[in-house]
Amino acid sequence: MNPKAALAKLGPLLGLIAVFLFFFIAVWSHTGRNSFATRDNLQTIALQSAIVGMAALGMTVIIISGGIDLSMGSTVALTSVVVAALLKFQGWPSFPAALGAVAAGALCGAVNGALVTGLKVVPFIITLGTFLLLRGVAKEIADNATIAPAASALDSLLDQSGVLPSGVWMLAVLAAVVSATLHYTRFGRHVFAIGSNEQAARLCGVPIARTKILVYALGGLFAGLAGLLQYSRLTIGDPTSAPGLELDVIAAVVIGGGSLAGGEGSVVGSLVGALMMTMIRNGCSQMGWPNNRTEIVAGVIIVVAVAVDRLRHRRGL
Amino acid sequence: MTAGPRLEMRGVRKRFGATVALDGVDLEVAAGECHALVGQNGAGKSTLMKVLSGAHAADEGEMRLDGEPYRPRDPLDARRRGVAMIYQELSLARHLTVEENIVLGLEPSRFGWLDRGAIRSRAVDALAQLQHSEIAPDARTGDLPIAQQQIVEIARALAVGCRVLVLDEPTSSITQRDAARLFALIDRLRGQGHAVVYISHFIEECKRVAGRFTVLRDGRTAGGGDLSGASIAQIVDLMVGQKVDHLYPRSPRTPGEEILSKDGLALRRGEVLGIAGLVGAGRTELLREIFGLDPVRGGTIRVGAFVGPASPARRWAQSVGFVSEDRKTEGLALGLSIADNLTLSKLDGLVLPSRQASATRRWLDGLAVRCRDPFQRVSELSGGNQQKVAIARLLHHDVDVLLLDEPTRGIDVGSKAQIYQLIDDLVSKGGKSALLVSSYLPELLGVCDRIAVMRRGMLGPARPAAELDEHALLLEATGEAAA
Repeated sequence: MNPKAALAKLGPLLGLIAVFLFFFIAVWSHTGRNSFATRDNLQTIALQSAIVGMAALGMTVIIISGGIDLSMGSTVALTSVVVAALLKFQGWPSFPAALGAVAAGALCGAVNGALVTGLKVVPFIITLGTFLLLRGVAKEIADNATIAPAASALDSLLDQSGVLPSGVWMLAVLAAVVSATLHYTRFGRHVFAIGSNEQAARLCGVPIARTKILVYALGGLFAGLAGLLQYSRLTIGDPTSAPGLELDVIAAVVIGGGSLAGGEGSVVGSLVGALMMTMIRNGCSQMGWPNNRTEIVAGVIIVVAVAVDRLRHRRGL
Repeated sequence: MTAGPRLEMRGVRKRFGATVALDGVDLEVAAGECHALVGQNGAGKSTLMKVLSGAHAADEGEMRLDGEPYRPRDPLDARRRGVAMIYQELSLARHLTVEENIVLGLEPSRFGWLDRGAIRSRAVDALAQLQHSEIAPDARTGDLPIAQQQIVEIARALAVGCRVLVLDEPTSSITQRDAARLFALIDRLRGQGHAVVYISHFIEECKRVAGRFTVLRDGRTAGGGDLSGASIAQIVDLMVGQKVDHLYPRSPRTPGEEILSKDGLALRRGEVLGIAGLVGAGRTELLREIFGLDPVRGGTIRVGAFVGPASPARRWAQSVGFVSEDRKTEGLALGLSIADNLTLSKLDGLVLPSRQASATRRWLDGLAVRCRDPFQRVSELSGGNQQKVAIARLLHHDVDVLLLDEPTRGIDVGSKAQIYQLIDDLVSKGGKSALLVSSYLPELLGVCDRIAVMRRGMLGPARPAAELDEHALLLEATGEAAA
């Protein structure tokens, strides 16, 4: 690999390190002691990133294919409600309930994909519709309240146990699987090809519709897993939870080098992006900054990250 | 008229990193002259034009416009100084009207409000000057045929008072009749005292429209002079730097049984069947119907033992491959690597980079594609090398039938010769068949065994290429031989 390409790959990571160093120094000088780069706090950051990171795995695939899924936050809320409902009202054990919720997520995604390919409407519009629709369905299921089932094994996915909680390990393993799928399988190369040039992919005999439906179903599946983690964190099914999550997820993918024009993006980059978003929130709260200032900082970082990426592209051409 | 040249370039140099794009270019164009600029792809024509239009700044050298130093800061500055470019890919806003496009960027306004009357009169004046008043100023630009869009773009150049008009391959996407009109228009512009720089791969065309020429080779001015005193062979020699002997190789071929048919079209194993015709005659559509990219509008398609329409995926499975005329929007995924593009139609379930690379390398070597490695982005390659990648996809898939739509459009002579050689090898030695659509008649006559002419969606009978010449094909294509 030539140095320029290597630098391009490392870009998001360097950004993450910069953010880390900034808060390390800022928090230390603000509080007079190192309370940012402690083991506990870094663990906290890892598990806070898990939900956005999990959803970002699916969003990465969707964005590489040239699509977008605005309904992801709603799908997360819906699946967290579904798992709670299955546990409480149907009396399902934890594992089947979890599977059911993930399947519900995948189904939502498949519907998105079928609508996008069947109606030939841009995914922005379709998923804007399902964004509202799925949120409504979640509230319907929960009857406009929260569902609080009895304690179960699913409550501890994000508990501090061992080095990292089991949910974070799950994320790491799945990230490796998705990354390998994108790079070393026919399906993965087809996703890149569709995102880079759909017409060229069609000319080469790539099954566009089938691949796209699978891409969105995969997106829904990971939203379902994120919903599971969401449930685990709240231990209740809350249909109003994860508002605006899809924007955090999209930001994570874009910070990580994903291009909304399609054809570009990486799983590792997206996870780095997710970590960066969490680190900013965490650091700002340690600084004792109010929420509004956190939002300003996060917004600035997103714009800067994308601007740097654009500059890099322009010089690369 | 001033004594000095309208445009003068002396020793212009430009490098990008380690690549020297321009290495001392001299060019002189007088007012009222149409000057042809020829050269192979990669000779530096586009870079030179970008320097001239202010998109790039020259590293060294001098440019003068009517004797005054000329160093445009950016394209708008160049436009204001009167240097206008008409690129191959037109730069018009398709959703705006003709008049809005003509004044785009320099809209006349009164107190911040657009002056509709001034816009209209300026557009009408510019179109009248070109004697193309039939174009309605309030038409939506995207609705016009390409030839008229081109006129609109030239009108835009005139509307700001252009002194030097640069046309880059202006006939590549218009019909011969429209080209003739364009040449007449260029003659008029010359008569009005404009300086025109005409860039083209077609030397015949340059001889028709221009008086003098300059040849660029490897970023340098390789020669020039009066077009009337130079033969095509001499000019090609200057472009290539060495003599081209056998541009169209032709080994003995033994056509076999029919392998593909549709209506009157029948392609046999081991032959190249050419389809001539004007742009818009329906040749591209025919190939796209066969390949399943467009719905079939009539007739039955047979490919070997298969009958009826099929999707592109099925056609690949039936050992049919297609090279699109439009490399950028359809032929290749420019953002992806060479390896990804080349192997896309035939990927294993598990894609191993090492296997992908070795498969790709084989074709890159065989076709002499100039690149760094198989995982380089296709967008970084030159046009000729990109086209070789598009064709290599068919070789990698090992298809029996090659559907080639303008496979040598816009690529350099060297790459063309390699592609002709390749087609000949595949057909004569490999027993493959090729259906070749081309607007360049010498190419059809040189490469094909039989040629059919398409006119207004109707395909004529295929006749042996040996019995045909350019004149006959042209007559049939324009429909004047029917009488």
